Amino acid sequence: MAENVLRLEDVTMQFGGVVAVNNLSLEVNRGEIVALIGPNGAGKTTAFNCITGVYEPTNGRVSLAGEVIVENHPQGKMKTMYQGENSGKYTGVVRLTPDQITQKGIARTFQNIRLFGALTVFENVLVAKHMRARQNFLSAAFRLNKAEEKRMREESMALLEEQGLAHLKDEVASSLPYGLQRRLEIARALATDPKLLLLDEPAAGMNPQETQELTDFIKQIRTEYDLSVFMIEHHMDLVMQISDRIYVLDFGRLISQGTPEAVQNDQRVIDAYLGVADDAED
Amino acid sequence: MLQQKSKKGAFLALVCVAALLALVVALENTLDPTKNILLFTSLKKGAVYALVAVSMNLLNGFTGLFSLGQAGFMLLGAYTYAILTIPVESRESVYYLYGGSAVKFSLPDLFGGADTVPGLVLGVLIALILAGCVAAAVAWLIGLPVLRLKSDYLAIATLGFGEIIRAIFQWDKLGPVTNGANALKNFPTFSSFNITNADGQVVFRLSTFVAFLIAAVCIALIVLLINSSYGRAFKAIREDEIAAEAMGVNLAKHKRLAFCVSSFFAGVGGGMFAMFANQAQAKTFTTAMTYEILLIVVIGGIGSVSGSAIAAFLYVAASEWWLRFLDAEMWVFGIKVPFLRTGFRMVVFSIIIMIVVLFFRQGLMGSRELPDLFRRRPRKSPRKAGEHNG
Ligand SMILES: Nc1ncnc2c1ncn2[C@@H]1O[C@H](COP(=O)(O)OP(=O)(O)OP(=O)(O)O)[C@@H](O)[C@H]1O
Ligand SMILES: [Mg+2]
Repeated sequence: MAENVLRLEDVTMQFGGVVAVNNLSLEVNRGEIVALIGPNGAGKTTAFNCITGVYEPTNGRVSLAGEVIVENHPQGKMKTMYQGENSGKYTGVVRLTPDQITQKGIARTFQNIRLFGALTVFENVLVAKHMRARQNFLSAAFRLNKAEEKRMREESMALLEEQGLAHLKDEVASSLPYGLQRRLEIARALATDPKLLLLDEPAAGMNPQETQELTDFIKQIRTEYDLSVFMIEHHMDLVMQISDRIYVLDFGRLISQGTPEAVQNDQRVIDAYLGVADDAED
Repeated sequence: MLQQKSKKGAFLALVCVAALLALVVALENTLDPTKNILLFTSLKKGAVYALVAVSMNLLNGFTGLFSLGQAGFMLLGAYTYAILTIPVESRESVYYLYGGSAVKFSLPDLFGGADTVPGLVLGVLIALILAGCVAAAVAWLIGLPVLRLKSDYLAIATLGFGEIIRAIFQWDKLGPVTNGANALKNFPTFSSFNITNADGQVVFRLSTFVAFLIAAVCIALIVLLINSSYGRAFKAIREDEIAAEAMGVNLAKHKRLAFCVSSFFAGVGGGMFAMFANQAQAKTFTTAMTYEILLIVVIGGIGSVSGSAIAAFLYVAASEWWLRFLDAEMWVFGIKVPFLRTGFRMVVFSIIIMIVVLFFRQGLMGSRELPDLFRRRPRKSPRKAGEHNG
């Protein structure tokens, strides 16, 4: 059986009366590219936020390579409000903060790009190296461990070179054109040395040619960095071309899963998503 | 290559600061201090304010935490410094209302007394460091609850902290330690560093120099931190908290660190303020003082260390010195110039500040530093390099 990198079990996220993610269970195996698709407001980004610790799910469990990183059960006010399934199944509370989860090996990009705008391209990548640096603020301020700082800089520079961004290293991130900002955001995520990369609509706002380039790029980084990729995407060509497997979400619920062909031919998906998307996108 | 550039920059900065310090010593020993009181007052107070402004900028400008507790932390520093350095023999007279001090030792006395070189230098140095430590320790304690608050709530909470601290230090019950609402005095000041001969006459002045030296060393330490990996993490938090967290930056830890370091130097600045003012009294460390510092940070440019330092001197010189003439009546050709009277200085000063804030939104420096002004290529020329490579 394939090695399990990410595993979600009955993850549920309820905001007041809205159940944004409803008993979502899925897996991403080592080396796979898996897509999460669904109409607007289906709960895709919310699912990402549950995985990365930005939100604390109402119920359910998330594990990374077998280790539980998020677990919760309806408690407090939620106990009376949450009436969904599996409410008694999870008893533990594991609540890692987003930075701890990043340290464990999940990196992500954001749907609406979140770069450190006033910092340079190089500094954007350097920040990602900070968490693994063996230093405290005194040794850093007094330059007691120059080798560490040098290592961080060299690794960042090497990454920028691999990503073809080296010539832009001193540019202010916010001054980059949109496409390059997306590239930088991915580069910055790679700088955290992740096992799993979460991409939230990486092709948003790209033309067909750029989308094609991105497709090749994602395949390339998967092998080069030994990654598993879990991505949200609306561009169907990209999704169908690149994904090993696809999960389809609608109103917070998983309505279909499988290979691109299987999903494409699933009547529920066509009803819920593909028909709507064609109208909406063209 | 990058390393070389930064080494050269650091060396240049060191030379400039050394030159500045030399200039201060020269000025101090050539100009007649009695005729230039305002100049030297402005320089000393400017040095103190420069340090406190830079410490505030570390928090507000570099970490993006809008905190207004600076005067409170200065107060903690000033009192710590004063309480630890008042000579044992003066304690009776300073604390006469409370029948002497509860603190029975004095740091300079431990090293041979404030009139000996080791006593003065070590005593003052250790007291200033402890002043910073007390402020930092209190910051560490209140940081946990307070730093969870967002922007304006944080500002209000820290403002409240300053007020509470001021009230506590004036509390009568603490009189044997804080001297209640009365001033603490008789401790070593900047003037104590002037070298005197046997008759008590000053032969070599070092008072302004000492103020500059301490401020320069502290600001240099802050700059070192800002330019380290931690400084980058602070800036990342300022730019985008969620993204910083996703890059593995522990928000709580780094915010607290910035808060403690900032407070440490505000505490040292408070000790220096006591040295400058020759006394420490709770009622001087008002919210208005925090606003003064905030104004300096804004005028200098949020996110610019050199901007804060320059603005501190301009601000202090303008309010204490250059506009003084507005407070005195003046007669030109036998006609009394209108408006000029006591207090008019502050009116003009406020108008100038308003104009600066309205028309120079970015402050003097924006987020640039002094050396950036001398670089040929401005930092913001988007995509020059990109065009070469396609
Ligand atoms: N913090 C929040 N508070 C309340 N409701 C929220 C919150 N975040 C998301 N929601 C709701 O959850 C639902 C799912 O939103 P989500 O952003 O996950 O959708 P999505 O699938 O990513 O959609 P899109 O394709 O537009 O990005 C929406 O109805 C949204 O309004
Ligand atoms: Mg979304």
